Amino acid sequence: MANGTVAAKLPSAQEILEPSASSLLLKRVFGHAGMTIGGGVLLFIFLIAILAPLLAPHDPFDQDLSKRFLDPVWGAKGTWLHPLGTDGFGRDYLSRMMFGAQTSLLIGFAAMLISGVIGTALGVAAGYFGGRVDMIITFIITTRLAMPVILVALVVVALIGSSLNIVIWVLGLLIWDRFAVVMRATTQQVRSMDYIAAAKALGCSTTRIIFTEIMPNVANALIVVATLEVAHAVLLEAALSFLGLGVQPPTPSWGLMISEGKGMMFFKAWVIAIPGFALFMLVLCINLMGDGIRDVTAPENRN
Amino acid sequence: MAERILSVDNLKVEIPVPSGMLHAVQGVSFKVDRGETLCIVGESGCGKSLTSLAIMDLLPTKANRTAERLELHGKNVLDIPEDEMADIRGNLMGMIFQEPMTSLNPAYTIGNQLEEALIRHRKVSRDEARDRAVYLLEKVGITAARSRLRQYPHQLSGGLRQRVMIAMTLMCGPGLIIADEPTTALDVTIQAQILLLLAELQNEFDMGLILITHDLGVVARVADRVCVMYAGQVVEQGSAKQVFENPTHPYTQGLLECIPIPGKTARGSHLGSIPGIVPSLVGEMNCCHFSDRCPYATDICRTQTVDLRQGFTADHDFRCVLTSEQCAENLKQKVPA
Repeated sequence: MANGTVAAKLPSAQEILEPSASSLLLKRVFGHAGMTIGGGVLLFIFLIAILAPLLAPHDPFDQDLSKRFLDPVWGAKGTWLHPLGTDGFGRDYLSRMMFGAQTSLLIGFAAMLISGVIGTALGVAAGYFGGRVDMIITFIITTRLAMPVILVALVVVALIGSSLNIVIWVLGLLIWDRFAVVMRATTQQVRSMDYIAAAKALGCSTTRIIFTEIMPNVANALIVVATLEVAHAVLLEAALSFLGLGVQPPTPSWGLMISEGKGMMFFKAWVIAIPGFALFMLVLCINLMGDGIRDVTAPENRN
Repeated sequence: MAERILSVDNLKVEIPVPSGMLHAVQGVSFKVDRGETLCIVGESGCGKSLTSLAIMDLLPTKANRTAERLELHGKNVLDIPEDEMADIRGNLMGMIFQEPMTSLNPAYTIGNQLEEALIRHRKVSRDEARDRAVYLLEKVGITAARSRLRQYPHQLSGGLRQRVMIAMTLMCGPGLIIADEPTTALDVTIQAQILLLLAELQNEFDMGLILITHDLGVVARVADRVCVMYAGQVVEQGSAKQVFENPTHPYTQGLLECIPIPGKTARGSHLGSIPGIVPSLVGEMNCCHFSDRCPYATDICRTQTVDLRQGFTADHDFRCVLTSEQCAENLKQKVPA
């Protein structure tokens, strides 16, 4: 009996010899420092963004001109009432940071989704069909690469006005190039594999081969590019907002907060340091996450 | 007479290349009956693989396929729409590839891939497909088949993967299987097992089998009929017995000299080899393709094309300006008494 209970607690020989795929994956994820840290912080930012309405101590739009530029708690006159101080309109900085995270993540992910769909479709088509299709799509990619993103985004936004939606679409329609380039190369590799020929020999249609044979095998690369593109989009949004052509006030956005605080830069450095640091952390963690996913899923890194 | 599964008449494959037109397959004809094994033999680049891909209609898009006749179970499958062809592939004819390490999709379990092969063509439930998969995995000699279904290709060895590939081709019970050098990527002991397995399965399921190989030892073991290809042409074809006992075409004779025979080949004696290299197949060739490597070549060989003609028996053909008797005489003189 005693033996039985002890044995029940220990993993069986079978489990040690043939660990399940999911337990192996978890082990690799937590064994990867960059991924654990990046993922942890990213999750934290995510939760804050989602729970912003519940967590924020104040209304981010509530102005109080008698409380302009209050110091954060670590400053000379800081209070816990406004832990990160207030901005030039007396709005609570912490609350604005929390809602700003929403804007950044929303734009980052939405732009990534749009560009992902465009880029993947083009890349996979070019890689799979090759020949003339490839030639045309490669031409489109080169054309796109020749356009400076910020400049084109500025012109478009300046012409048709700016709002959250427009920023998302402009970024989404502009940054699909990395998706297309990477997907094209990966698809070309996978396409020459025998299992694609085998699928044809089994009577699979082209659509089916692309979606069920090619896509799962290029998914790794796709996920990595997707994470990096989120970071890319977040930075571009911040840049556009800083230039005044991104998200419009009073919507809180980290880039916009830097822009609004730049006049006070030499007197109240924290006004731009806080959103700047937040942006830096977000982009760093997304990149760590992307690198981590690549390392964890790359076959040569297994075991 | 057994049911005719496949008839191929005057099959040609041409590929445009920068320097002209590459005549990869030049008028190949053969037929396969139910329960018959046809071995296509030849060295690298002689058009064996393209012939098989042409039958499956899986040639690269720029390659151009023509034929007088290409019939499967008596039905014309030449120039039929792609979706009709897709219904035939995997259903009525299956193909086994050379490289088992890459011919299974790494993203799916083998169970999933096996089941899909049947579900694609038949109205069956996943459970029924799974039962068939387990049955076939056991047939191809895989133990603990049911638990193997949950494994991914990277968890299997090369020999096991090739067995899985064979099982996958058998899922729909096709009448014809084309195996394109199914054993080249495997080590020698596994090679023999896989070949015997193929022969057994072919017998049991009464299929036609086209085995493409450059290993004559393999051919001698399993072939009913042999088709020797050289530089895009069939140079000799006939029953395995005929070709092995009385090789007629100088190329076939040369090939057979290259393999040692236990008991016959003396220790220390040199094995034969055929000097020279395969000619380029770009452009028209107005000579016997083998002429620049043939020990018996004359001026006639170098100035005119040679047609396939009947050899010793009705189902034996060869492509040489010499008569079959002259060829046999040549062979006799070459072999030291």
